[in-house]
Amino acid sequence: MSKTERLEVWKTYKLFIGGQFPRTESGRTYAVKNPQGKTIANACLSSRKDLRDAVVAARTALGGWSSRSGFNRGQILYRMAEMLESRKVQFREELVAQGQSVSAANREIKNTVDRLIYYAGWCDKYQALFSSVNPVASSHYNFSTPEPTGVVALIAPEELPLLGLISLLAPCIAGGNTTVILASEKKPLSAISFAEVLHSADVPGGVINILTGSRQELTSWMSGHMDINAIVASAIEPDHWAAIQQSGAKSVKRLFNWNKIDLTSAQGQSPYLIMDLQEIKTTWHPIQSIAGSGNSY
Amino acid sequence: MAKQKKGIKPTLIWNSNWEYSPAPESAKPAAIAKKYELFIDGKWQQPVEKGYFKTINPATEEVLSDVATASKKDVDKAVTAARNAYEKYWRKLSGAERGKYIFRIARIMQERARELAITETLDGGKPIKESRDFDIPTAANHFFYYAGWADKLAYAFPNQKVSSLGVAGQITPWNFPLLMAAWKIAPALATGNTVVLKPAETTPLTTLKLAEIIQEADLPPGVVNIITGSGETGVMLTQHPNINKIAFTGSTEVGKLIQATLAGTSKKLTLELGGKGANIIFEDAPIDQAVEGVINGIFFNQGHVCCAGSRLYVQESIAKTFIAKLKDRLATLRVGDPMDKNTDIGAINSFQQLKSIQSYIEIGKKEGASFYQSKCKIPNQGYFCPPILFSNVAQSSRIAQEEIFGPVLCILTFRTEDEVIEKANNTPYGLSAGVWTDKGARIFNLTKRLRAGVIWANTYNLFDPVSPFGGYKESGFGREGGLHGLYPYVQLS
Amino acid sequence: MAGKKHLFNITILSHPPIDQTGTEERAAKFTKRSIKGPSKKQGLRMVLSMIDLTTLEGKDTPGKVSQLCTKAKQLHHQIPDLPRVAAICVYPSMVGIAKTALKGSDIKVASVATAFPSGQSSLRIKLSDTRLAIEQGADEIDMVISRGKFHSGEYNFVFDEIASIKEACGKARLKVILETGELGTLEQIRKASDIAMNAGADFIKTSTGKIQPAATMPVTLTMLEAIRDYYYKTGKMVGMKAAGGISKSKLALHYLVMVKETLGEAWLDKKWFRFGASSLANDVLMQVAKEEEGTYQSATYFSID
Repeated sequence: MSKTERLEVWKTYKLFIGGQFPRTESGRTYAVKNPQGKTIANACLSSRKDLRDAVVAARTALGGWSSRSGFNRGQILYRMAEMLESRKVQFREELVAQGQSVSAANREIKNTVDRLIYYAGWCDKYQALFSSVNPVASSHYNFSTPEPTGVVALIAPEELPLLGLISLLAPCIAGGNTTVILASEKKPLSAISFAEVLHSADVPGGVINILTGSRQELTSWMSGHMDINAIVASAIEPDHWAAIQQSGAKSVKRLFNWNKIDLTSAQGQSPYLIMDLQEIKTTWHPIQSIAGSGNSY
Repeated sequence: MAKQKKGIKPTLIWNSNWEYSPAPESAKPAAIAKKYELFIDGKWQQPVEKGYFKTINPATEEVLSDVATASKKDVDKAVTAARNAYEKYWRKLSGAERGKYIFRIARIMQERARELAITETLDGGKPIKESRDFDIPTAANHFFYYAGWADKLAYAFPNQKVSSLGVAGQITPWNFPLLMAAWKIAPALATGNTVVLKPAETTPLTTLKLAEIIQEADLPPGVVNIITGSGETGVMLTQHPNINKIAFTGSTEVGKLIQATLAGTSKKLTLELGGKGANIIFEDAPIDQAVEGVINGIFFNQGHVCCAGSRLYVQESIAKTFIAKLKDRLATLRVGDPMDKNTDIGAINSFQQLKSIQSYIEIGKKEGASFYQSKCKIPNQGYFCPPILFSNVAQSSRIAQEEIFGPVLCILTFRTEDEVIEKANNTPYGLSAGVWTDKGARIFNLTKRLRAGVIWANTYNLFDPVSPFGGYKESGFGREGGLHGLYPYVQLS
Repeated sequence: MAGKKHLFNITILSHPPIDQTGTEERAAKFTKRSIKGPSKKQGLRMVLSMIDLTTLEGKDTPGKVSQLCTKAKQLHHQIPDLPRVAAICVYPSMVGIAKTALKGSDIKVASVATAFPSGQSSLRIKLSDTRLAIEQGADEIDMVISRGKFHSGEYNFVFDEIASIKEACGKARLKVILETGELGTLEQIRKASDIAMNAGADFIKTSTGKIQPAATMPVTLTMLEAIRDYYYKTGKMVGMKAAGGISKSKLALHYLVMVKETLGEAWLDKKWFRFGASSLANDVLMQVAKEEEGTYQSATYFSID
């Protein structure tokens, strides 16, 4: 570098927990390298305690997030899309640094923005499709509605650092859940940068928490954590998934492997993915019928 | 002093030493142009036969703007533009991209909210508080809601192939001009149709500003066309052969004419017409909140609401107390300058409408109902009507049967559940009803047996883009809002 | 006003159902009123005149209380013609100090009593607590109801207790604190309001200020509507005191709008409406100064006592 060139200030990548950017409490990091083998950043190697803190943050945020109107959640997801679109240059450069071609990076960002808008539109509509008024035989008003499952752990795929992340994240929070996400281990940077987007999109702290680190370590702690209600993975090895299923059985976790879904196509988004992370609640209430006139027609 | 003298009934004093100072909103941000042309094919075009009409501010009677009158040739131009846009571009565009256009419109409406709210108040007479807090945000939200459906139609109709209809001709009323335009345009665009819309003659301005917003959003030319004019322009629109669907919100009288006009054609039709909503108060109702619900139901928007709770049915056992509380509440309603932020009831939309309301008041008095008028001050100029109660009204009274469309409440009593259900249903209308009771089982009994498209239980006049709205019987057919609001704009096979 | 002790009657407990959502919607409408110009100036001065300037801390001393009384008599020397606050509110042990400090002014001395704030004690102790304050010269007594007894359903107990304290008050006016934050629903609050008024309360008051939530607009609205129904039924006026959580002028003005549009002119007076507050006064003073001078103010120019 010559004497007249300006020295760049490199970004430090931390975690995103409870709306803040703390470092890992373990003090450990690992080198993130580009395809040429050069270290481009040191990402946090999250610990079990980081996961614990993230789950606490997600649990705390759950009451508020789940009780927001679908319209409000939709507005926030739409704003996330706006923020991402306006930062596409930043994200493209980062994807390229992590090994993507420019055209692939552009495509991935475009699809990510569009997917966020897709789910923004579902927030106040899936309820109409998946609820029902059930015509029970007795004189009762009976209705079934979906409700968010709770705190969901998401294991983002290794490839598609941005689109893969959103494809799991968006249906999860669109349905009112809060989440702890494990970013791609090899390409974690886009996830942490995406946290900046969340920050500027009015997403309440704790709704989305992002950890980076060792997939093996973190997924095993996730599957054993008693206060995580569900786990979603995509592009995960069968053995690894089986181990998660085994451990997850201890708290009757809802477990979903979205490996058959092609995230790069229109198949990669669907309201049924929202519904995977919903419970169905059915309520009964008497309808009184005063003796006398029967039909009002 | 703590106690009233014996023999004197306790009364509350509503005239206060502490009166609210004027809190006027400034008219400047409205930026109303002196003249508006027709918005056809993405351009502002002069009417073929150069005619303009004036739109005025009903609170001051001052002229706001000259607005173009669309003649038959202009209607034809607009429909042709819509047809071309549909065939050449809009029907081929993916749902996701269509949705993004609609999101843009919603966003810009949010950004220009203040300008739109002030314009709506100046043009139509409704209080700025209502334009600002209800009309404009709800209108923007309709665009947000339907934007999200554009690429999801396959999910809305199980086992059906969904296609758009083509060109929709839409006619909107003067009571919620921008909101009604949103209710019409948003679902039409989301389902892939193009639009020719004619706003009401007395309130064209916010719809014309919506055209500006549509231009700003870069919506392809011809997808939405706005043609202003009188009722005649609307008739010409309904008669145009190159239209696939007509949507009309307005009086039952005109709705019937349109329905007759369409006979023998294959045009689809939805109608959102008048109403004579029954607001039913049982003796176990949450009384103070019910009072508020009744007041809100009839005096909101000066009573210019198709789903207004214009018939109050109060259970006889609590009638006296309830009516006394209504009168207390009337005492704090403020009628006046719509641009004042403290005004609750604004101007009547037009001289014609004021005359109509006044004639019904005379009819009510002649029919022998007990008349009560709020003691509030009314401005000297402009078209104003104070809130009015008629009690001891009978089911057979004209004022209990015909839609007055003004701040006039008719009060009838009832004794049993069956009686009130029968009486509430005893009308050719069927748009809305209200039920006030503490008992859940009774709520569901009434919602099951009342013949109305919208039933509010322990609330009134609530609207949400996700909630379908529309009538039974002569209040019209078809629904606007929610998943059901998509049906009128699609072809299923 | 002293008189015959009131007797419990089960009909006191019947009241119409109250819808929470509807009440919240109505309360929200009051916040939409735009109070500007002369009505704002007038409103702010009214707020000041209705404040019960309060200090209720374990670490209160004669020095602290005297200083507060000085402030009460002269809120801000640079703004002319300011009204004085309605009262000082202190613990019984401080009543004498306050009485001396406020001698010659028309500011009342209100004392909390009856094992404030919990009310968890015997009637004998509550009565002697009250008498201590009365003997020291208290003009007003702010008592607490027995929430535990209320939740156990012993409404006649709650009633009798209030009636006994009212008797002990003599000429002093009795404010009955419901501690709405512990009561739960608006219907519970309505019930407690009706019990208190029928038992002889001169004021009903929302909170002790020691727990959250304290006063809110929907809660206060429910109490104002209870007062209205009681007035129509008996012809007797009862005052309202909203205490705790009102520290901003804008909110205080919303409360006055609510009183004006629910009960009308007669209650817009310090005899029938009070704010129980400590930091509200300074915020109002800053607003008054802003209205006079046309510029936003800084807290450093207003004394903190």
